[in-house]
Amino acid sequence: MAFDEMSGYGGDVRDSYRGLARWLADAPEGLLQARSRQAELFFRRMGVTFAVYGEAESSERLIPFDVVPRIIGAAEWAGLEAGLIQRVNAINAFLGDVYGAQECLKAGIVPSELVLTNPHYAPEMQGRRPPRGVWVHIAGVDLVRTGEDGFFVLEDNCRTPSGVSYMLENREMMMRLFPDLFADYPVRPVETYADMLLASLRACAPEAAGNDPTIVVLTPGPFNSAYYEHSFLADKLGVELVEGPDLFVDDGKVFMRTTQGRQRVDVVYRRIDDDFLDPLTFRPDSALGVPGLMTAYQEGTVTLANAVGTGVADDKAVYTYMPDIIRFFTGEEPILKNVPTWRCREPEALKYVLANLGDLVVKEVGGSGGYGMLVGPASTKAEIEAFRKKLIADPGEFIAQPTLDLSTAPTLDKGELAGRHVDLRPFVLSSPDGVRVAPGGLTRVALKPGSLVVNSSQGGGTKDTWVLDV
Amino acid sequence: MRIRIDHSTTYAYDRAARFIIQTLRLTPRSSEAQTVRDWRIETNVDARLRRSEDAFGNIVHALYTEQPTQSLTVRVSGEVVTTDTAGVVPQDQETLSPLVFLRDTPLTQRDQLISVFASEFSAHPALERMHRLMAAIHGSVAFEVGVTTPTHTAAEVLALGRGVCQDHAHVFIACARQMGVPARYVSGHLLRSDRDDQDAAHAWAEAWIDDLGWVGFDPANGVCPTERYVRVATGLDYLGAAPVRGASYGGGGERLAVRLSVRDADMQQSQQQA
Repeated sequence: MAFDEMSGYGGDVRDSYRGLARWLADAPEGLLQARSRQAELFFRRMGVTFAVYGEAESSERLIPFDVVPRIIGAAEWAGLEAGLIQRVNAINAFLGDVYGAQECLKAGIVPSELVLTNPHYAPEMQGRRPPRGVWVHIAGVDLVRTGEDGFFVLEDNCRTPSGVSYMLENREMMMRLFPDLFADYPVRPVETYADMLLASLRACAPEAAGNDPTIVVLTPGPFNSAYYEHSFLADKLGVELVEGPDLFVDDGKVFMRTTQGRQRVDVVYRRIDDDFLDPLTFRPDSALGVPGLMTAYQEGTVTLANAVGTGVADDKAVYTYMPDIIRFFTGEEPILKNVPTWRCREPEALKYVLANLGDLVVKEVGGSGGYGMLVGPASTKAEIEAFRKKLIADPGEFIAQPTLDLSTAPTLDKGELAGRHVDLRPFVLSSPDGVRVAPGGLTRVALKPGSLVVNSSQGGGTKDTWVLDV
Repeated sequence: MRIRIDHSTTYAYDRAARFIIQTLRLTPRSSEAQTVRDWRIETNVDARLRRSEDAFGNIVHALYTEQPTQSLTVRVSGEVVTTDTAGVVPQDQETLSPLVFLRDTPLTQRDQLISVFASEFSAHPALERMHRLMAAIHGSVAFEVGVTTPTHTAAEVLALGRGVCQDHAHVFIACARQMGVPARYVSGHLLRSDRDDQDAAHAWAEAWIDDLGWVGFDPANGVCPTERYVRVATGLDYLGAAPVRGASYGGGGERLAVRLSVRDADMQQSQQQA
C-alpha cells in the first residue's frame, strides 16, 4: 500500500491535512465538483493551455486541475528545502568544475567519458565562467515520496525547467475558489516567486550592468508548448517577452529593438534550448536564436539564464553519480536521496535489468517528459519484449529504476475523493546571494487509478501545493 | 617553408544590408609547427572587429558593420613559416579533451554505410587504421566540385561517392569516431604545386592517436599534412571551423565569392631576384 499524503498508511489524518479534513467533512455535498467545474471554466477563459506533443488532433489542451491541495508540513518542508539547496549548490559547483579545472573527473567521481562525450556537454563553454559564476539560475527538481521520510530526487531539471506558471496559477485559482479554506490555513505564499526570480536574475547580471539591469524573457514563440508560461512570466516579472529576431548583437553586446531605438540587454532568461540560441555557433538553421549571442556571452556582457551547457548536469546518466557529486563538492552527506538506479552501460547492471524488465522503470538517458520510457509493471509482454530489443541494441542509452510506490494524495474523481499518485517539482533559484527555494511547487498527479506516470504529456494533472508555516 | 596567403571572402547582397554580423575564423595561430607573420585583416567597408579565442583554441574575429552594406569583403593576408612535423600536431595549445571529439554532429552523423565502411579497418592498430581509412576514402570519394553543398552530411557524401575536401574530411571524421577514435575537422590552406590561385580554402581531418596526439590526415589528397599545409581553425565539423559564419539584416539573398592565393614566398623572392 502506498503512503498517502493525507492519511499515511491508513491511520489518522496527518497533521498537515487536519484542517482540510475538517473542512471537507463540513462541506456541502457536490461543492468540490462545482468548484472543479468552475476552475475549468476559469482556466479555459484565461487560456492556460499546454501543447502536448504527439497529439495530432488537438495541439493545445487544458491540463486537468485537481482542486484538492497537496499539503506539506513545515518540518517536512524544512528538510526538503535544505536538501534542495545542498543539491543545487553541488550542481552549480559541478558545472563550474566540469567547464573549468575538471577536478571531479580527475578524481574519478564521474567518469570523464560520460561527461565529455555527453551530448549536453557544451565544448564551447570549456574554460568559460558565466557572469557571477552561476550556472543553474532556475532548477526544477522532481521529487517523489515513498513514505513518511522517504523523499527521492527523480530528476534534476537544469536546462529550461517549465511548470512554474502552474504553481502560480493554481494558487491564484485556489484562493479564488476556496477563500474560507485559506483563512484557516497558514499557507506560505508562492506569489512572491516573481519577486524572488527578478531579484535573483538581477543579482546575476554582469558586473558592468550596474544597479538596474535590463532583463528579457526569450521565447521560441507561440508555437512552443510552454509559450503561455513564457508570456505569463514576462508579465509577472514586468519585463519584455522577446523572440530571437527582437534581439541583436553589436560590438559584443546584446540589444533589443524598441520603438525608441536599441536598448542594451543585460540578462536573458531564455526558454530556448542551447542548440537554437545562436545560429553562428550552434545550429545554423535556427531562426529562433540571436546571431552572435555566444560571442557576447563569452565576452561576459550578458547573462544567460540558465547558462549554456547545464544539460550535462541533469542528464540521466550523470544523475546516477549525483550523491558522489554532492559529497565531493559539499563535503556533506546528501540530504535528499537518489532513486537507486542501474546504469545499463555497465554489463552487470544490464544483466540485472534485462532479467527484471517487468518490475522496473527503464528510461532513455536523453529522454524527458515521460517519452520513450518503459514502466514494466504497467506494460504488456509485447511492449516489454519490444523494449528489450531497444535496450540490447544500445544499453548505454538507458537507465533503470525500481518501480517506486509513489505516495498518493486525495484527488477528486467522478465526485469521489480517491488516492492518486503524485510527485513534486519545487523551483530552486540560484544567485550570488545564495540558493532559495520557492515555498511550494508543482504537484503533478496521475489521474488514472494506479498510474505512476504524472507527466502532463501522458495525461497527468496538477494540484496546488501548500507549504505550511507551522 | 614560407607560405604567402592572400584570402578574400566577399558577400554580395540583393540590396544594402542594414547590418551584418560575422564570425571569422580566418587567422592562423602560431605554434611549434607554424609561425604566423605580418598577418593583416582588412574590410572594404567600415566595420568593427573584435578578436577573441574560442574554446577550441581558434582565433576568432567578430565583425560588425557600421553602415548599410551592399557588398562586404574581408581580406586576410600574411605569411606563415612552416616546418614538416610528419602530420603530427604540436601539443602546445590543446584546451579540450580528445574525448570531446568522439561526439556526432549533424554533419558527421553515422549510418549503416559509415559503420560498414569503417568496420573494414578495425583489425589494425589505430595509426595504421587511420592511414588505411584515409586511403580508402581517397579511393571511394572522387574529388568533384559542385555536386555537394556545405549541408551534405558524411553519410550522404559516402553514398554519393563524390565531393570536395570538406566532404572527404567529414567522411573521415565520421568513420574515425565510429571506430572510437577522436577526430576533428581542420580548415586551412594547402600550397599546391600546380597553381597559386585557388577556388576555396582547404580542409582535412585530425585523429587522436594515443602516444602521438593529434595527427593530420588529408583524405582528399590521400596524404598526411606536410610543411605545405597551414592550419587555420579546428572544430567538431565544418561548421565549427568555418572561415565565415554570418547573418545579415535586411540584405535579402546573398552570394559568396572567394579569392585565394597561396604561394611559396621563397620561390617568389628568388624569381624576383633572378
